[in-house]
Amino acid sequence: MNINKVEEGIFKVLMKASTLLVLVSLFLIIYSILQKGLPSLSWAMITQTPKGGFFLGKGGGILNAIVGSLYLAGGSTILGLLISLPVALYLNVYRTKTSRFADFTRLCLDVLWGIPSIVYGAFGFAIMLLIGLKASLLAGIFTLTLMVIPIMVRAMDEVIMTVPKGLIDASYSLGATKIETSIKVVSKQVLPGILTAVLISFGRSIGDAASVLFTSGFTDRIPTSLMQPAANLPLAIFFQLSTPIPEVQDRAYASALVLTVIILLISILSRIATKKFTKHKSLV
Amino acid sequence: MKGLTYFSITLLFLILIGLIYKSVPILKETSFGNLFFSTEWQPLKMKFGLLPFIISTLYVTIVAVVISVPLCLLSAIYLSEYADKRVIAFVNPLIDILAGIPSVIFGIWGIIEVVPLVRDYIAPAFGITSSGYTILTGGIVLSIMIFPIIIHVLLEVFETIPEDLKSASLSVGATKWQTVKLVILRKAAPGVISAIVLGLSRAFGETLAVLMVVGNVIMIPISPLDPGYPITALIANNYGEMMSIPLYDSALMLASLILFVIVLIFNFISRRILKNIERKIA
Repeated sequence: MNINKVEEGIFKVLMKASTLLVLVSLFLIIYSILQKGLPSLSWAMITQTPKGGFFLGKGGGILNAIVGSLYLAGGSTILGLLISLPVALYLNVYRTKTSRFADFTRLCLDVLWGIPSIVYGAFGFAIMLLIGLKASLLAGIFTLTLMVIPIMVRAMDEVIMTVPKGLIDASYSLGATKIETSIKVVSKQVLPGILTAVLISFGRSIGDAASVLFTSGFTDRIPTSLMQPAANLPLAIFFQLSTPIPEVQDRAYASALVLTVIILLISILSRIATKKFTKHKSLV
Repeated sequence: MKGLTYFSITLLFLILIGLIYKSVPILKETSFGNLFFSTEWQPLKMKFGLLPFIISTLYVTIVAVVISVPLCLLSAIYLSEYADKRVIAFVNPLIDILAGIPSVIFGIWGIIEVVPLVRDYIAPAFGITSSGYTILTGGIVLSIMIFPIIIHVLLEVFETIPEDLKSASLSVGATKWQTVKLVILRKAAPGVISAIVLGLSRAFGETLAVLMVVGNVIMIPISPLDPGYPITALIANNYGEMMSIPLYDSALMLASLILFVIVLIFNFISRRILKNIERKIA
């Protein structure tokens, strides 16, 4: 028996085992959230705001956190898109794809992407104090927007890079200006890609707690204006879990289940969008 | 468009300058040594020793990377060289999903599954009584959190290895495994390092999941079965009270600055390496 063959065999087993372990860990996470969360999930939990003493085991639900999360994620995604789309287009249409400036911008954005969300939280908090803003939905949205800009720009950038150069040249040769080319030709080509970027950053901002910990505040009510504090799901989970009452802890698991379901839905939607995009590309 | 692009670049420097500006008061007040090499954390007595937090962060990160890297490397080699297309089509989306799961969910899972595992099985096996909230627990949870980023980068790196190189190796009689070991891994080494560094920096800055399972006891952890208190948890746990005590906010901003600078350096280096690899191929 060849020693090399034996070695290869051993490593093949190890490799398969590792891959399996990575997958099993995913299923284990989803399974334990389901198993712990389902029994305590009730209609009241997702349709009511907390009644007095919710964190002491009395009635109510987490509607404030669900709506707050949607507001925060929705607001920051819209604001992020308004900033990111022009940047992504600028990098690709106005500058040649390989310019040093574009390279440098991409590097900065990649580095920004890697910055821990707690640092965004601390920075957002410092800015908030500087301009005299209180912890509110608005401050939370601002902080989250800063966090999602690099994610969105890079996601859209990757997609716009795949637009054939011939298409852009053709648009120019028909007399279109750069701005017309950006909006009418490039944006249309990459629409599903933009959708994916939107979904990715929506998912990121709905699940992030560290960045809004200081900035969005926390409240039992659903905010009715941008200046009011807003609750969010990760923090609601965290607070419920830190009470000593088992019943409230069970609700934390149920809230985690709600968050997981939202994230999975977003994940599936962005898969579908990406699929559409690849189909689109093959037609070009 | 131009303005917004410049804004997105400036953002990086704005954050850096903002954090430095806020950290200056404490740096003026206390000596460098008192901040970085002291274990005394008593904000009321103006003692802000960051050492226990720095050590905890490093410890948890190292445990996470030690667990994660071999598993990711083996999985990535399997997926890029051995697995057939159907397996890849099945595995890739699942890894993407894993990447999208929020930190707090990992934290909850850590409390449900990993804490009891450490408390009831791992610690007793070493004859130690433990609450289960330890550095090791944090490391295990983190290691799973960084699977997606490491595997993702590794797969991209392996993809850049030219097909010719593989066929050349195979045609001189090397087995598939020898090719992987002697040609692909060697060629991919810089990329592998940057994948690890990216995972490292992700683990470094992770907040909620770690905070929930490491115990948050201010001490210098010696054994992995000791509790710890990472920098991120320090910042997150104390935001409520930091405004009422002098210099407290400055100390916490300094802690953020440390995180920022370390992650910045890690990211910068690994992105540069990856960029170079890409350029060489193109």
